[in-house]
Amino acid sequence: MENGRPGAENLGDRAFNGILWVLGIMILVVAGLIVLNLALVARPLAKDHSIWGFITQTRWDPVEDHFGALTFLYGTLVTAAISIALAVPVAIGLSLFITQFAPTKLGRVLTIPVELLAAIPSVVYGLWGLFIVVPWLRESIEPWLGKYFGWIPLFQGPPIGLGYLASGMILAVMILPTIVSVSVEVMKTTPETNREAALALGATKWEAVMMAVIPYSRAGIVGAVLLGLGRALGETMAVTMVIGNTPQISASLFAAGYSLPAVIANEFAEATSNVHVGALAGLGLILFATTFLLNAGARVLVTAVQKGPSRVRG
Amino acid sequence: MTPAAPAPAMSSEKPTPAQLAQKELAQRAPVSVNDDVPAKVEVHDLNVYFRANHAIRHVSLSVKPQTVLAVIGPSGCGKSTFIRALNRMHDLVPGARVEGKVFVDGKDLYARGIDPVLLRRRVGMVFQRPNPFPTMSIFENVAAGLTLNGIGGNHAETVERCLRQAALWDEVKDRLKHAGTSLSGGQQQRLCIARALAVEPEVLLMDEPASALDPIATAKIEELIHELKERYTIIIVTHSMQQAARVSDNTAFFYLGELIEIGQTAQIFTNPRERRTEDYVTGKFG
Amino acid sequence: MNLHASFTYRKVVDRGMAVVCAVFFALAFIPLLSVLWLVISKGAAGLSWAFFTQLPKPVGEVGGGIGNALVGTLFMVALACLIGLPLGVGAGVFLAEKGDGTIGNTVRFMAEVLSGVPSIVVGIVAYALVVVPMGHFSALAGAVALSILMIPTLARATEELVRLVPGSLREASLALGVPHWKTSLRVVIRTAMSGIVTACLLAVARAAGETAPLLFTALNNQYWNTDPRAPTASLTVAIFNYAISPYDDWHAKAWTASLVLLIVVGLLNIASRVLTRNRLKGAR
Repeated sequence: MENGRPGAENLGDRAFNGILWVLGIMILVVAGLIVLNLALVARPLAKDHSIWGFITQTRWDPVEDHFGALTFLYGTLVTAAISIALAVPVAIGLSLFITQFAPTKLGRVLTIPVELLAAIPSVVYGLWGLFIVVPWLRESIEPWLGKYFGWIPLFQGPPIGLGYLASGMILAVMILPTIVSVSVEVMKTTPETNREAALALGATKWEAVMMAVIPYSRAGIVGAVLLGLGRALGETMAVTMVIGNTPQISASLFAAGYSLPAVIANEFAEATSNVHVGALAGLGLILFATTFLLNAGARVLVTAVQKGPSRVRG
Repeated sequence: MTPAAPAPAMSSEKPTPAQLAQKELAQRAPVSVNDDVPAKVEVHDLNVYFRANHAIRHVSLSVKPQTVLAVIGPSGCGKSTFIRALNRMHDLVPGARVEGKVFVDGKDLYARGIDPVLLRRRVGMVFQRPNPFPTMSIFENVAAGLTLNGIGGNHAETVERCLRQAALWDEVKDRLKHAGTSLSGGQQQRLCIARALAVEPEVLLMDEPASALDPIATAKIEELIHELKERYTIIIVTHSMQQAARVSDNTAFFYLGELIEIGQTAQIFTNPRERRTEDYVTGKFG
Repeated sequence: MNLHASFTYRKVVDRGMAVVCAVFFALAFIPLLSVLWLVISKGAAGLSWAFFTQLPKPVGEVGGGIGNALVGTLFMVALACLIGLPLGVGAGVFLAEKGDGTIGNTVRFMAEVLSGVPSIVVGIVAYALVVVPMGHFSALAGAVALSILMIPTLARATEELVRLVPGSLREASLALGVPHWKTSLRVVIRTAMSGIVTACLLAVARAAGETAPLLFTALNNQYWNTDPRAPTASLTVAIFNYAISPYDDWHAKAWTASLVLLIVVGLLNIASRVLTRNRLKGAR
């Protein structure tokens, strides 16, 4: 009379279990639908394009039905890199402030602005970016950068405001809450004993953080950054509104450019042919695959930290 | 009553648990034994396995109606595992296997065709930590066993009756709509007892019901057991021998999953038959 | 970091880093204040009854409003809830009750990873699922896209909440002779319910703020629409269109519409905190 599957004690239980299983499998169905439909819509692309060709070419020609994703890949990566460079130090500093330096009650209150930042819709950020950040960049920041750092190719060219720098900065604000919330969670799981041991050795608060908290949470913080990166890659509206929507590759941060989500947003509704739609869906597949891998990696890192330090090579 | 066998008479030595228990026994009215009444609960050769672990070994005992059986023994001896076998709670544990028979009023609970859900309304259970349902009021908590099982109607009478039986009515009668969790620990436990009584069980299993409570609340629960005994058959797990002496008619001593000895409480504490029982009640281990 | 350095130096570093962290905090605060301040100051002027209730006017004409966009958003979000809330919460309950095997772990992994899929990609999926078979854009397609976005996050949140319910409550209910499924529904899930409602309200708030997936599923509509088979305006797409237009008065409308959107999202967030307080007196 061994219990292999406890819980199915009568008909009601069996029905309930059945419904639960269906609902659970639905998640897998949704995942399958996403991949399947993306592939289906992208299929016409495969006729004349190879994967390698698609990724490495820059020519995007709806008239001739010849498409290459390189320009958009470049734009997406550049804006994401800027946003990570700006957001990560601030996010880590903020997380440390909330969990280590601020008294507990204050720390709880301080997470509210972070949550508010996360709640603002993307299109509102885009609006703010377009009418506030872009003029500010055009009139103050970019001329200043061009004047003092113009010898670096990054800061050359006319300061139009729109472009990679604007998108990167707004993205930084948008991914900040993501990185902070995961980092705070991870830092909170650092056993108090580690920190107390460091303090008992005579370390200052900051040194205790460097000795106990950071090494323990390091993998989790990397995970948080990966999640932020995933968000940056996939962000559409704010970027579309400030990047300039110009399909060109340029070394300068001041230049206008284009990103994967932006071109999909701008062209999908009026795409002219099946191959055009297929190319846009192909871009979507690239986005999906990239964010999938980033999220999976992030999850592995974050759960490894939460399970305990023995699994993570310090 | 015969005096205890090994009884150090020197007053400077610490009294053994058995001696403390005997003191409690001395203050109680003598227990009447009624041999012609058939047993309420009869356990035949009960074995409980958790995968490879043989947790309960060949236990047989019987409990007469309207009596209290205390189950004592050192930590890990299987006391909780034993009483959970009496209301088929192990059915819910993956990898658990129960062999043997448990008769309540002559019907084997583990027979084919017996619905474990229904039997739990005849054999109720109170747990170590009070666990009132947090989203329900006091009234709703007591009636939960009925409302959750689809038994409709006005439960006001039942709720009052059970709260009175649990000696809680006077304390809560004016705030039945308040949250179940608004009571003190001891009151919450009596609430859980009232809740268990509402489904009208015949046997009440209590798994260390007072161990999470302060001494005053504990005393109230023990008083309650005396009153409940008149209508219900009670099996109580306890780690305190004094408590066993205070509330029970019979006591069963478990060790390493086996039933070592069972008998009248007085006899167990003053004149145990088995060496291991004697060692335990005189405080040599556990 | 040298523990043998002079104590003064170490103290300076310690205080310095604390200050740096506080400065970073202020840095993060500034954009928040800026956005809120600007949306309120630039948008408040345009608020009027007409704005809420009228259809948009053509270029050059003064006045008009976002009435249809507001209704469109409410309509599509409601439809999305019909699909997304049961599936999301249900999957979460599955993960909490049955999710400990290989399939359960796979479902959990998928739910976590899917919650990071860019919303524009989900738009393409909804396009393929609904727009292509139907032959035209529709509110239903928009609602499907929004529901796909809701489901994974809701499932994970629900799982966490149900797992938080102490096992002793489940045991107590089972010991009363209540069958498993009733115990799960009426005791365990009921206890987790206030948290689940919060998670649902937050999912709704997120759906109300989405733009990208609607751009080529629900498209847009200059008129009122409550037919799921027809394209529909939405608040977010309206803001986008107003913002990128070359007209100043449309820019002003973008700010006002943003204010409305922030109010809607804000109310939902506040509601999620307020509604979930336990109503029973003295409840802990």
